[in-house]
Amino acid sequence: MKLRITNHRSTLLIAVFALAGGLFLQACGGGEKAVAPEAAMEAAPGNGVPVKAAFIYVSPVGDAGWTLAHDKARLVVDELPYVETAYTEAVPEGAEAERTLNQYVRDGYNLIFTTSFGYMDPTINVAATSPDVTFMHCSGFKTAPNVGTYFGRMYQPRYLTGMIAAKMSKSNVLGYVAAHPIPEVIRGLNAFALGAQSVNPKIKVHVVWTQTWYDPAKEREAAESLLDVGADVIAQHQDTPAPQQAAEKRGRYSIGYNSDMSSFAPAAHLTAPIWHWEVVYNKVVEQVHTGTWTSSQYWGGLADGVVGLSPYSDLVPQDVRDLVEAKKAAIVSGAWDVFTGPINNQAGELWVPEGEVMSDGDMLGMTKLVEGVVGTIPK
Amino acid sequence: MEASPLVLVVAVLQAAVRSGTPILFVCIGEIYAERSGVLNVGLEGLMLVGAIAGFSVGYSVGNPVVGVIAAAIAGALFSLIHAYVTITLRADQIVSGLTLTILGTGISGFFGKPMIGQVGPGFDQIAIPGLSSIPILGQVLFRQDAMVYLSYLLVPIAWWVMYKTHLGLAIRSVGENPATADSLGVSVTKVRYGCVLFGGAMAGLGGAYLSLAYTTMWIEQMSGGRGWITLALVIFAAWNPARAMLGAYLFGGADALQLRVQAVGIEIPTYFLMMLPYVLTITILVLASRASMRRRIGAPAALGLPYAREER
Repeated sequence: MKLRITNHRSTLLIAVFALAGGLFLQACGGGEKAVAPEAAMEAAPGNGVPVKAAFIYVSPVGDAGWTLAHDKARLVVDELPYVETAYTEAVPEGAEAERTLNQYVRDGYNLIFTTSFGYMDPTINVAATSPDVTFMHCSGFKTAPNVGTYFGRMYQPRYLTGMIAAKMSKSNVLGYVAAHPIPEVIRGLNAFALGAQSVNPKIKVHVVWTQTWYDPAKEREAAESLLDVGADVIAQHQDTPAPQQAAEKRGRYSIGYNSDMSSFAPAAHLTAPIWHWEVVYNKVVEQVHTGTWTSSQYWGGLADGVVGLSPYSDLVPQDVRDLVEAKKAAIVSGAWDVFTGPINNQAGELWVPEGEVMSDGDMLGMTKLVEGVVGTIPK
Repeated sequence: MEASPLVLVVAVLQAAVRSGTPILFVCIGEIYAERSGVLNVGLEGLMLVGAIAGFSVGYSVGNPVVGVIAAAIAGALFSLIHAYVTITLRADQIVSGLTLTILGTGISGFFGKPMIGQVGPGFDQIAIPGLSSIPILGQVLFRQDAMVYLSYLLVPIAWWVMYKTHLGLAIRSVGENPATADSLGVSVTKVRYGCVLFGGAMAGLGGAYLSLAYTTMWIEQMSGGRGWITLALVIFAAWNPARAMLGAYLFGGADALQLRVQAVGIEIPTYFLMMLPYVLTITILVLASRASMRRRIGAPAALGLPYAREER
């Protein structure tokens, strides 16, 4: 499109005002906010180094999902006497992320959490030029001497929610509103389906991919489409609670994600597989404080408490809760894990033989669906 | 429990109307603004302002209708910025529009902070007695929420005003040839201000549809790019409110269809369905870029051009 500048002076003026105004509002809205150092910082226990931790978020804290869960955990570590935190929200994945990271390095932050997969290369790049700063990248696979990764075995609580959904279903059809077709999402969907089948072999899990993380209208519509084919429990992987509301409006049930979403659909929300990032953040902050941090790839599960279930709704009967708690105990104890054979793939062929447990590597690279899932992975 | 094919077809069409409605509101407003010669690319920002104004007022008073009115007022007031800088100051319309998007995102995020996690009042589906029992058509069109019914009223009114009234003639002439319109005694400034404010109000309604009808919550940047899609839809509709309705349902329908195709479990490439409306739009854009074609599909000749009397 040809840009026609007719009145240079006022155009420039407006642009400047707008940018200033936009940035100001973003700043007020918590775009970049530094919390004042705690007075008790000097009196930190163990005479460790004070920790200035920065968090890079991919969406606004107001997303009610993924980023909110990270920010809740940030507030927990912010309470520690030797920690001060800051965050920048809605940082695009790419060059802008590198700029933000460099800014925090220049401002003297010694620990930076990058909380989205797309920050992987920016994190590695900036880390290479900032050897004194510790970086923790969420959900990635690249490390460096000063870059570690962290993620959680969300598939474990997802399996448990699958059990609950199947127990609550009368139509034997469950609906899964899936986000992008990547191994993380596929793993969650498969775990949900396996959990559902463990209590009801006849159950079918219909899946719809929205190819979004964050578009409430589209995600509601995806849930509607599953409700239309008879699904009476809806689970989701996106960051907005829109599918929950769709289920409630139709008098069906739902399983949330990220954080407790019950406030959005009290009559539908059964439980949600949720993140407790403070488990990771507390540990890392302490390690940096005491100088014991080393680069590693953390992938904790129910046993660590980094993932879990939000409180059950009153709708979930006691016998179902008992069943789920028993399974949870088995996972926590390490006696059993979700992807233990026999597991068939969608075509009905044997995928994981009886008695075998899928390796972490295979789980992290999962690209096919289990038997009983109706739908395909978009190609 | 498997649904019958007919039930699913009805569901797709019903969803097409529902998901087309927010962009339909925005599109009608933008058609008016562009018909008067003012391009407003700040629709994304306006929608967000409408969404948060509608939600927060609706939530505070516990009445979604009041929220919708507030959203329209907020959209109109916010678009006043665009009107002032492009009509009075005669600044570049694209720069000003982009500004509106940045500002709208910031303002809505700022004022929306306390609303996060709240569930507001919303519009529920109302079946219109009689009409809703017409087979298929009745189920598709008359089992919707109140805002959809509002859009049914607005489209014919918008069309009628545009093509059958003196006001519509004035608007179109200002967008085609402001100098001539001015010489005939039409106030270019007043008409353009009116159209831009109306466009803002309608974008506000589109935003309110997202936070009061589609979902009953506020989350930041919930417009999800619909403001940008609408800009393409205006061209698709050839600046005609009636065709905008068809286009909006087509855009909404393509999405609704691909989601339901997946839900049923049919194996077809969903990427193709998802890109269909955009392919159509790009085709039309390419065609529209030729001057002769531009005239034929009816792009306002003075679109994007500020008007100053001295320059006549």
